[in-house]
Amino acid sequence: MKTHNLVLRINGEDRQVTVRSADTLLYTLRGRLGLTGSKPGCLNGDCGACTVNVDGWPMKSCLMLAVEAQGKEITTVEGLHDAPIQKAFVEHFAFQCGYCTPGFIMNCHSLVNNHPGADDKKIKEWLESNICRCTGYAEIEAAVKEVLGKKS
Amino acid sequence: MRTVGKSVIRKEAWDKVSGTARYTHDFQFTELLYAKMVTSPFGHAKIISIDTSEAKKMPGVRGVLTGEGLPLIGEAIKDRPPLAFGKVRYHGEPVVIVVADTPALAKKAADKVKIQYEQLPVVNSPAQAFQKGAPLVHEQLGKYKKDEDSYPVPGTNIATHLKIRKGDLTNFWKDVEFTVEGRYSFNPSDHVAMETRCSIAEITREGRILITTSSQAPFMAKRLISQYFNEPEGNIEVHTPLVGGAYGGKASVQLEVLAYLSSKAVGGRPVKLWNSREEDMITSPCHIGLDAKIKFGADRNGKIRAAEILFLWDGGAYSDKAIDLTRAGATDCTGPYGIENVWCDSFCMYTNHPYPAPFRGFSHSELSFAIERTMNLLAEKLKMDPLELRRINAIRPGDLTPTQVKLNKSNVGDLPACITKLKELIKWEEGEVVPVNDRIVKVKGISCSWKTSTIDTNAPSGAILTFNRDGTINLMSGVIEIGTGTKTVLAQILAERLKMDVNHIYVRMEVDTQTTPEHWKTVASRGTFMGGKAVLEAADDVIRQLKDIAACVLRAPIEDLEVADSRVFLRDDPEQGVHFKEICYGYTYPNGNAIGGQIIGRGNYILRGLTHLDPENGKGKPGPEWTVTAHGVEVEFDRKDLTYKLLRAVSVIDIGKVLNEKAAKGQVMGAMSMGLAFAGRETFVMDELGRILNPQLRTYRPLRYGEQPEYMVDFIETPQLDAPYGARGVGEHGLLGMPAALANALSKAIGVPIYHLPLTPELLWRTREGLLR
Repeated sequence: MKTHNLVLRINGEDRQVTVRSADTLLYTLRGRLGLTGSKPGCLNGDCGACTVNVDGWPMKSCLMLAVEAQGKEITTVEGLHDAPIQKAFVEHFAFQCGYCTPGFIMNCHSLVNNHPGADDKKIKEWLESNICRCTGYAEIEAAVKEVLGKKS
Repeated sequence: MRTVGKSVIRKEAWDKVSGTARYTHDFQFTELLYAKMVTSPFGHAKIISIDTSEAKKMPGVRGVLTGEGLPLIGEAIKDRPPLAFGKVRYHGEPVVIVVADTPALAKKAADKVKIQYEQLPVVNSPAQAFQKGAPLVHEQLGKYKKDEDSYPVPGTNIATHLKIRKGDLTNFWKDVEFTVEGRYSFNPSDHVAMETRCSIAEITREGRILITTSSQAPFMAKRLISQYFNEPEGNIEVHTPLVGGAYGGKASVQLEVLAYLSSKAVGGRPVKLWNSREEDMITSPCHIGLDAKIKFGADRNGKIRAAEILFLWDGGAYSDKAIDLTRAGATDCTGPYGIENVWCDSFCMYTNHPYPAPFRGFSHSELSFAIERTMNLLAEKLKMDPLELRRINAIRPGDLTPTQVKLNKSNVGDLPACITKLKELIKWEEGEVVPVNDRIVKVKGISCSWKTSTIDTNAPSGAILTFNRDGTINLMSGVIEIGTGTKTVLAQILAERLKMDVNHIYVRMEVDTQTTPEHWKTVASRGTFMGGKAVLEAADDVIRQLKDIAACVLRAPIEDLEVADSRVFLRDDPEQGVHFKEICYGYTYPNGNAIGGQIIGRGNYILRGLTHLDPENGKGKPGPEWTVTAHGVEVEFDRKDLTYKLLRAVSVIDIGKVLNEKAAKGQVMGAMSMGLAFAGRETFVMDELGRILNPQLRTYRPLRYGEQPEYMVDFIETPQLDAPYGARGVGEHGLLGMPAALANALSKAIGVPIYHLPLTPELLWRTREGLLR
């Protein structure tokens, strides 16, 4: 079995890890590095629960191999500290069971940073890649818009 | 009220937005082994041979299990082998489990297992299962062990039959001048909790069975494993951390058993069994399907005089919870209407489909689809406003339910008030159909629903309170935090009763069956009611103990004392008092003498006055109260391509009392979203072999961001007098009328009655063209 010794830059730290060629970034984060905030929901890129940021952009970590993540700046939900979007999710009750929340938060966090002036169409284009089964999305919409409103 | 009614932030909020909230699959340790299932590729087939030799030879494989020699299991009827034995009865059924050092190895080894099948004729719908001469899913039905409340019919596919016989059965249609009839159906579908199910099991050298599981029913898992495998209950300890969505799907006990058996097969080593999305959708229990036939008869004033109802529930391959779902459907079969003569046959049918778990609403959204479509057929026949027809027939205090419970002002909400509010919110006076241009119309549909819980008549809930030395309180309840926020609401109930700051209450999120008092199952919108009653009793227990000690310290009679703001003080002189922190671990006098001791509060609740249903006529009291609802949906409909956009969705619910406003609205909106997705697009697409063709989230599509309507949620507050602060169950109810309301709107839009779900443009086209009936 072919393995690789990698150094991955995660949440501002260099992390050494040994992976198989086939190991996804999601599996590596959770199973090798103990960063279980990113959640497996489908392992197929359909649900967005595993979304992390790679070089500032949202990426479904189930669709990226660990070996592809070398040399990139990776941020997981554990790497956010009192980000405005986290506070907005708390105050707007934008989660219930909380399982899709890390993925939504990482996606929303990238959105508000990359498109501080995002309109409804842009928000939909970004957030429709994630599934929340508990809320009806109204609270998530309110949370994102509050943060966007403060930015613009 | 100081705390009740306020939108108190959830106790686990920051953990959930920071990634530190832990779910079952997040627990990992180095000695853990991983299980992988090999599942059936067919709906119905004989197992000719199973060859596991190659899998066993692979390095890193620690065990391989088959169904041979395992006892039959199941909640109501013991009809299910934990792993298929002899034959498979549904696509996705687990047949073999491989246990290996890593998930990748387990998968590789599972792929090496060779199973030879010989296909059998498939029972592909409850209606087909009901036909004479249909292939049998269970040839040995008469030999299975079963509960007293199940009525299987050997030699058929009937797993149980519930009867409702109410009113004048000899002159059943006597006062009827108009009748309408409809036949309805929809396939099974799925809950799609974002966290797929996961169980970890280990058996220690002492024989202790330690299970961590993503479940709504850890206490039931403990009882059932004890019962199935003859293990002492005290040896079984089930832990449930936060659960990533459940909606009923995690009330069934399945993976816990398989993880336990896997661990047993490898000498008790800890084994994790985690469902892939595909397994979670078809291997684990799904959302029930239904074939129904409804006939209503009314007089010329629109009063419904008689209802004849046939439900053929899709019980799937194994009856498990489908027996109870069939019963629940019978108990509230008429919808929220006072009808004198009721005849209902509710059958649980075995088919070669995945077997159902409870689904949010427990048969009520499903039956409401059939009932509320029939209501609209009746309104059309009578040329009557469909809202007015519902108002005339709304069930009220004084009426008898189908199981002949007499309703009163406490045990049922105010449906006419819900209807009035709905009428205003949906702007009913604008008309049901409003053209926008040649092609686009705006269309409204409405529905009503109701629900009581039909859980065990003796279901318990318990709470324990302990103190920290600073006077703050720890709250332990067996209610699982599945996303509903109930644990926070329980803290609010406690804070209200103790008149203290809710921030000084700490809630234990994890439940373990050894040290947490039992809450039967976190189902049926019963967490706040039953858990809340237990918490109130525990609060009173704590108040009594605090006052006992304070009475000594303050040298005052107990009846002169008050409790508020974490203090016990004199009613007439509040400055004279002691803080909790001075007495919660006993009071110590200056010379060192101590009195009292640590305060531990305990409370429990058991449902009262519930009965089994009479097998001949269904008479009996199934649940404590009925929450009633009125719903509306408005869509923008394209008459050319039959697509539509959800504009607005309304739910008016008689909640009794709002305990946490944002949390309550969130529950209702989330349920509405789920109901609209079930109505509009969610279904298992099945082929003639009973195979499910879309067990993935790109082919099975829940609602996504941007597809949601504008939600309008309003509450009526008719208190349930014996409930904490009058609150009624509300976790499920936003869902109940959504499928019916959407179907009523779209029937109006295409001008042809709709009898099936899901309401895709293709189904609308087939219906309009007369290709479906």
